[in-house]
Amino acid sequence: MEQATTPASPEQHSFIRKTNNIGERIIERGIRIIGGVAVVLIFLILLFVLREALPLLTGAFSQPKTAHGATTSSAAGDRTLKPEVYNPDVILSEQQAPEEFTPEVYNLDVSVPVTITANTTTTKEPDEGDHITLSNILGTIWQPVSTMPKFGIMPLVIGTAKTTFVAIFIGAPLGILAALYAAFFAPRRLREIMKPMVEILAGFPSVVIGFFCLLYVGSALQSLFGFQYRLNAFVGGIGLAIAVIPIVFTITEDALSAVPKSLLEASLAMGATQWESAYKVMLPAAFPGVFAAVLLGIGRAFGETMIALMATGNAAMVSASIGDPVRTFSATIGAEMGEVIWGSAHYSILFFLGVLLFVVSFTLNAVTELFIKERLAKKLQGG
Amino acid sequence: MSKKIAETKIEAKDLSVYYGAKQALHHISLSLLEREVTAFIGPSGCGKSTFLRSINRMNDLVPTARVTGNLSIDDVNIYDKSVDVVELRKRVGMVFQKSTPFPKSVYDNVAFGPRLNGITDRAELDRIVEESLINAALFNEVKDRLDASAMGLSGGQQQRLCIARAVAVNPSILLMDEPCSALDPISTAKVEELILELKKKYTIVIVTHNMQQAARVSEYTAFFYMGHLVEYDKTRKIFTNPSKKETEDYVTGRFG
Amino acid sequence: MSIKRLIGIFAVGVATVAVIAIAGLVFSTMGTFLVKGLPNITWQLLSEAPRNNNTEGGIFPAIYGTTLLVLVMSILGVPIGTITAIYLNEYTSAGAVMPRVIRFAVNTLAGVPSIVFGLFGLGFFVQFLGAGLDKTFGNTEAIWAKPALLWASATLAALTLPVVIVSVEEALKNVPREMREGSLALGATRWQTIWKIVLPNSTTGILTGSILAIGRSAGEVAPILFTGVVYSLPQLPDGISSQFMHLGYHLFVLSTQSPDVDKTLPLQYATTLVLLMLTFTLNFAATFIRSRIRSKQFR
Repeated sequence: MEQATTPASPEQHSFIRKTNNIGERIIERGIRIIGGVAVVLIFLILLFVLREALPLLTGAFSQPKTAHGATTSSAAGDRTLKPEVYNPDVILSEQQAPEEFTPEVYNLDVSVPVTITANTTTTKEPDEGDHITLSNILGTIWQPVSTMPKFGIMPLVIGTAKTTFVAIFIGAPLGILAALYAAFFAPRRLREIMKPMVEILAGFPSVVIGFFCLLYVGSALQSLFGFQYRLNAFVGGIGLAIAVIPIVFTITEDALSAVPKSLLEASLAMGATQWESAYKVMLPAAFPGVFAAVLLGIGRAFGETMIALMATGNAAMVSASIGDPVRTFSATIGAEMGEVIWGSAHYSILFFLGVLLFVVSFTLNAVTELFIKERLAKKLQGG
Repeated sequence: MSKKIAETKIEAKDLSVYYGAKQALHHISLSLLEREVTAFIGPSGCGKSTFLRSINRMNDLVPTARVTGNLSIDDVNIYDKSVDVVELRKRVGMVFQKSTPFPKSVYDNVAFGPRLNGITDRAELDRIVEESLINAALFNEVKDRLDASAMGLSGGQQQRLCIARAVAVNPSILLMDEPCSALDPISTAKVEELILELKKKYTIVIVTHNMQQAARVSEYTAFFYMGHLVEYDKTRKIFTNPSKKETEDYVTGRFG
Repeated sequence: MSIKRLIGIFAVGVATVAVIAIAGLVFSTMGTFLVKGLPNITWQLLSEAPRNNNTEGGIFPAIYGTTLLVLVMSILGVPIGTITAIYLNEYTSAGAVMPRVIRFAVNTLAGVPSIVFGLFGLGFFVQFLGAGLDKTFGNTEAIWAKPALLWASATLAALTLPVVIVSVEEALKNVPREMREGSLALGATRWQTIWKIVLPNSTTGILTGSILAIGRSAGEVAPILFTGVVYSLPQLPDGISSQFMHLGYHLFVLSTQSPDVDKTLPLQYATTLVLLMLTFTLNFAATFIRSRIRSKQFR
């Protein structure tokens, strides 16, 4: 019975022959190709957002590719609406479905000059393209839908800056301090509760945060500070801060826990108190990581759409007060893209805002990835 | 029992292995005989495992590894371009230091290799599994729980399962990388007994830290030090009358 | 009391305040939505279609649409994310250029604002792929070149790709190296080893990745705004080229665009709670499975 398996000599050289490896090679090639999909995706995002924004730079606006309807219109139920007619010479009247409510009623309590006006469904400005000049884009009035559309992005820049600033000013310290507390001051039990708590916060869909701000934060702050408008940059900023806190907390905590424990022990051994060690030794040691946390927090606040859309008041005003309503880049895209004519100047400029959002978020991420993370690694590994 | 023919099975000529810039093996030349047990001894990091792993080209898995020189099995250079690594590994079985049963049933562990070779016939598989387990001196202990998870076996059983798994693909060479270092003395004795039984059919190369083990199971011993082959001879000679000073120091326990 | 001591108390004090503020935030939001939402959750709400211009009735089509959306998203995104993770973990070594580029891209992708994904979905899927499909099939009417469930799902799949990749990679890393070597030493090819040894031991990780991705995407509204969501539908979507209703978008429209916001407040609270329960259940499930994996022993 021991002889049953004969150790082979008959085919002992079989390993010279290449076996049937075609399937294996195809699979490997496939995996390598699909493995690069994330890189391709980044390029595609840039390419296709840029592509739709490009007419802005060349000034060449095509005939509207399609008349876009229904995404936000309550008339979507009307199946004859055909919002997606591809050739432009289809009878336009069919698309002039009655709007049961205007989509511009965002926040009725905002009484500033209404910047988006009325019916956008089909009226195509014949020569919109003429109005797109650099001075128009850098202007201070955002009035994309009118007979003389104005695409000044300055109010949007100011609005985005204000909300982002408020969000970081509130969210970053809270996130950093809470992480510090969790790492150095919290009793064991509390520390174990804090992580899931922050995860709950991170799990809130932004539309829910927006809803919360819309319902409660707005009124609360109005009665507290006597703001003229219920929804404003400050309310939006607080909403964004809620979204920013988990990011800052998590990354700061990671950075703090990456600092060797021996550093803390050394500091304590030299007679420093716990708080001195935490603030003066550990926090500085983790600084690049904390900085990265803040940068990524900025990226989140800057690009967040639904909270900005629901809680900032959405008025494209040029004002320095954080108590005034504002309109951010992302909220502008979110609010107006659904109503815009595909291929129009307005459409292109919204994509252009998208390009700006992409470029800023890409830069923030590249800085953290290439610069800060490496520095942190060096600093902690004594490079 | 076939008569022993002292024929060269594995032959290295001027074999060097590099990991990146670091040279792990320096110009090794030696011949290993068919159906003999050869032990590789030496202190940690001396290159004995590296040499072992270049026999079935497991070093290919290290991205920075580079091999120069020649290593032939049955007079075929296995580092030749025409060699299919996958086929090579089917002919050269390997047993690792840490027993690595797959988280599958005992049966599926042993049947893993045959199934790779396209054997699907249940009766055929049953036969191979049984034979392999018998060959690995494990059959009697596991015959009633072939469908139980292999993770439930004891350490020694797991290691013998790995041997069964290796012989199931019908190799002609068995490489063993410190197969007993994680086992208790009783299990070790069983595995050593098994090795002596297996050498009737297989050319066996065993890396070991345990000098007594080398003395017990092997016919020939190679002593490696700092990536060099210091001495290679009959095991008895290495342990009783080595020709090199380093070898003597090592086998008498003065270092290592 | 020394000044140093005072500073110390202050330093610990502000950190404590920060924690209390965050805890207050979490409990007040959760509490509010539980208290206000729970009484409004009825069987009628969960099972019926909206009536009277969405001011009455249920939200079943929105639940249905959200579910369908995330399911299609998983079908599209999980295989691609898994394959990317396999590539990064099994086919490349840590120092090589390509995996570093890919990791950078994955991290970048995770930081791209969701509204930009929405624009991408509109520009690429709807207007480029969709139009291309219509042209290929010679459709005179736009069938694919319009916002649709498929395109919204694809957009979300792109958005959640980093989540899937990171989870699956963690699971792959958990499979001991010895297991792979054992298989390779038996003459298994690389792919056979992955398919028969590595993947069967990573299924829970893939599951976690999918659940996390679903939890993340179920509440995302911005990416689907222009790629397929609608506020109201006469019937349930009947295919992947249909448009769909969505819980998050429903909440958005009810709370900001409806002519009588107050009238639908109960509906809004209920929708919020349903959405929250959906995302939290998914997140907790993922966290649970993940902690199980981390403690899982291979021997």
